[in-house]
Amino acid sequence: MPALGLAMCLALTACGGGGGGGTANGGADGDAPSSAAPAASPAGSAAATLTIWADQKRSETLKPFAEAFAKENGVTADIVVVAQNQQQTFVTASQAGKGPDVLVGAHDWIGNLVQNGLIDPIQMTQDQLAGYVDVARKAVTYDGQVYGVPYAVENLALFRNTGLAPEAPKTFDELVATGQKLKAAGKVKEIVGYPISQQNGQSGDTYHMYPLYTSGGGHLFGAKPDGDPDPADMGVGTPESIAAFERIAALGEKGAGALKRSFTSDNAAAMFTDGRTAFLVAGPWRLADARAAGVKYDVTPVPPFKGGEPARGFVGVQAFFVAAKGRNRALAQEFVTNTLASPEVAQALFDAEPRMPALKTALAYASGKDPDVAKFEAAARDGVPLPAIPQMVAVWGPFNNLIHAVVKGEPVEPAVKAAGKAITEQLGKTG
Amino acid sequence: MTVTRTPARHDRAGTRSARRGGVFRPASARAVTARVLALGLIIGVALWAAAPLVASGNWTGVAITALATGAALYAYLTPRRLPLKYLLPTTFLLLAFQVFPVVHTMSLALSNAGDGHLGTKQEAIAAIETSSVRREPGSAEFRLTVAVKDDALVFLLADPAKGAAYAGTADGLRRIGGVTLGPGGRITAAEGYTVLTTAQASARGTEITALAVPVKGGAIRSQGLTRAYQGRAALAYDAACDCVTGQGTTWRADEEQGRFVAADGSALPQGWKVGVGLSNLAAALTNPKINAHVASVFAWNLFYAVAVVALTAALGVAGALVFHHPRMRGVRFYRTLIVLPYAMPAFAMLLVWRDLFNTDFGLINRLFGLHTDWLGTPLTARLSVLLVQLWLGFPYMFLVATGALQTIPAEYMEAAQVDGASAWQRFGKVTLPLLLLALAPLLVSSFAFNFNNFNGIFLVTSGGPFPSDDPTAGATDLLITYTFRLAFGQEGARYGLASAMSIYVYLIVAVISIIGFRRTRAFKEVT
Repeated sequence: MPALGLAMCLALTACGGGGGGGTANGGADGDAPSSAAPAASPAGSAAATLTIWADQKRSETLKPFAEAFAKENGVTADIVVVAQNQQQTFVTASQAGKGPDVLVGAHDWIGNLVQNGLIDPIQMTQDQLAGYVDVARKAVTYDGQVYGVPYAVENLALFRNTGLAPEAPKTFDELVATGQKLKAAGKVKEIVGYPISQQNGQSGDTYHMYPLYTSGGGHLFGAKPDGDPDPADMGVGTPESIAAFERIAALGEKGAGALKRSFTSDNAAAMFTDGRTAFLVAGPWRLADARAAGVKYDVTPVPPFKGGEPARGFVGVQAFFVAAKGRNRALAQEFVTNTLASPEVAQALFDAEPRMPALKTALAYASGKDPDVAKFEAAARDGVPLPAIPQMVAVWGPFNNLIHAVVKGEPVEPAVKAAGKAITEQLGKTG
Repeated sequence: MTVTRTPARHDRAGTRSARRGGVFRPASARAVTARVLALGLIIGVALWAAAPLVASGNWTGVAITALATGAALYAYLTPRRLPLKYLLPTTFLLLAFQVFPVVHTMSLALSNAGDGHLGTKQEAIAAIETSSVRREPGSAEFRLTVAVKDDALVFLLADPAKGAAYAGTADGLRRIGGVTLGPGGRITAAEGYTVLTTAQASARGTEITALAVPVKGGAIRSQGLTRAYQGRAALAYDAACDCVTGQGTTWRADEEQGRFVAADGSALPQGWKVGVGLSNLAAALTNPKINAHVASVFAWNLFYAVAVVALTAALGVAGALVFHHPRMRGVRFYRTLIVLPYAMPAFAMLLVWRDLFNTDFGLINRLFGLHTDWLGTPLTARLSVLLVQLWLGFPYMFLVATGALQTIPAEYMEAAQVDGASAWQRFGKVTLPLLLLALAPLLVSSFAFNFNNFNGIFLVTSGGPFPSDDPTAGATDLLITYTFRLAFGQEGARYGLASAMSIYVYLIVAVISIIGFRRTRAFKEVT
């Protein structure tokens, strides 16, 4: 803290004396941070400002609710759109005392935000918690403690062009066979739109690969008794993981040619909506594209390998967090647990974007309005929450590269073992 | 004629007298206004900077602000000290934008700053204790009303299940009567207590969050401003042993690692920032996991930077020479066309190029009917990033070379022609040396830029392709992308290590640049 203070005043004085603008990071609006001066009497301080950080879409939806809350309670609300790099921006800003009171984000941030002491637990009663779908409740629970109020659930499913493939495939092998038949008949260009590569260039996409990996028998982390992932039980490099990747390799570029590194989430979706492939593995965020393109489609769970385990995709949960270093922690708790946790907010968020609501009452409302919601819910049934433990950072890099090596057709066993070794080494360092 | 000349002479005389007397009286109204405005701005900015510092009780900061403002006012209020007027702002800017970032980077390199080690020990303890509070299963949920009695904070608690009302303070819980219940079962008024509005309560939010009303088997804490729950802190810090205890375990503070470590080696996730001396700087040299690939990455990095500079300069100069030819037509049109890549945002262009290289859907393969895995094999990936950077970089060299060519006097060429020099001789002996004289410093800075060309690699290949048996260093990794992955990729953000690595990268670039500039001076001696 002293170092930070000195840093700040250095920057400020330099700015003050030299008259060179540009360093002024606006936003403080001149009111003194009330949390920094605990002795301040209530009469002397100005009205509190509740600051909420959200992405573009959420901020539009939440604005009327925040304003109503502010008006009712005689405070002001300020919704700030943070479009890029939200987690890192939040960490940096909070540490500098310029963070928000409420943050809208993904549940897998929890581990990192907790180890940095930046979010507060949210104490809900058993009754309140029971109002959420299981996977959402599990996702926001970390180390036995609830850290966020969930509002939406996202997971992968299989989109199928019912004009090209009327029957839903029972296994992934059946899917590939159908795709190959359609391709041979010249009806499609590609067997399946399965995103293998990240949008940002040449690395694999763990999130999209996970259903196939688990269906082949692999796992990332075992589970602790309390349900959290256990970093001590790391499954990459085990014989099961090698077997799983052997099955994936068989579908890869040197195998059936169904999985290719040139597929990203974007171009796979474009192929599906153009009718160049009959199948697409994607999340609810592609529903709008499919509808806009006028493709006749159906949504079913991602099928498992023949004779394999269920395909357990990652489930991502969107949630509201209370910032531990915000200026109005009590007010933020009030807003999050009473206003944002309400069914009205969940419904409004669903109306703005068709993602499966986490609140059961809102889910019933959504299923009534949109039959695809129930289909995604069915697809989420086998899913596991995306691990929120900070150790996941050790996994992404090596696992992404492993996916690329395997799909490319490199020898499977050494690649899996090397990735397992790299992950274990990094885990050891992270502790 | 005389009529027009007279006022001019008068004016000149007036200016002279004003200048002579300038020390004693202000020059003109406009100058005074400008000065007042500038001084007002300085004072305004100083006040703006001081307000939050005063509020947070940062008196060192206030003193530094006052000192800096005083210096600025002194420099600009006295008519003397002319050099100081220029020196002061530049010194401040130098401190703010050069010295401070460098010092900050160096101080970070000596710490373990990173995810899990961002704040102070106090903050870590607060976070550990706060997040360990567990709601007692099945305990009552109270309706909370925040009130004050003699300016001391009181929780007015209503238990709807029991229909009871309590007043809770840090001393304990006490049943009270004479309360008025509002909608939702909350207490809206109680005798002897002043109920706070939400706005008033939120102004004392820190106190409210901190207040724990001790009860049997735990404490009642607030959950927002309208609810309270009974919970128990599973972990507590004990200053006597400098440790955190709870759940049958003791985690002792380890000031070297900056976290609480139990006997079995496990640690609590929340840590704090501590100094680690030179270990980050040493790790970059001695840790086999970090330095295993440094040599090969460095070699490719050097090759990449040199190749990009050489290729862009060669193409740029060649283009400039072609359009410098007097018989060339439509020069302006072609020049505009060539400069276009330079005018487009490099960020977007890099992403476009990345997609052009896609094996199945990329324009390049489709155009030439190929099925080359451009970014998937080391050789083609390296070729690709060089090609992309050539496309992005040569217009700059073209522009500079075009400008430099205009400055070479035509007489030199004529003289060489008269002496019977061939076209190649004229280029090699006259044009090129003169061109290099102008280009050399730019080549050095272009080298320094490309040596750290993070975007040029990261947005196209992300450093890949990676060998399948070792996912830590890719074929197109530069030191800076390799460092980035080490410091931010696989273990969360590690600012300490990243700073240490960037110091090394800086040293390498500095040494090479110094050598480069020395050689530039050698060119000058030739002429």
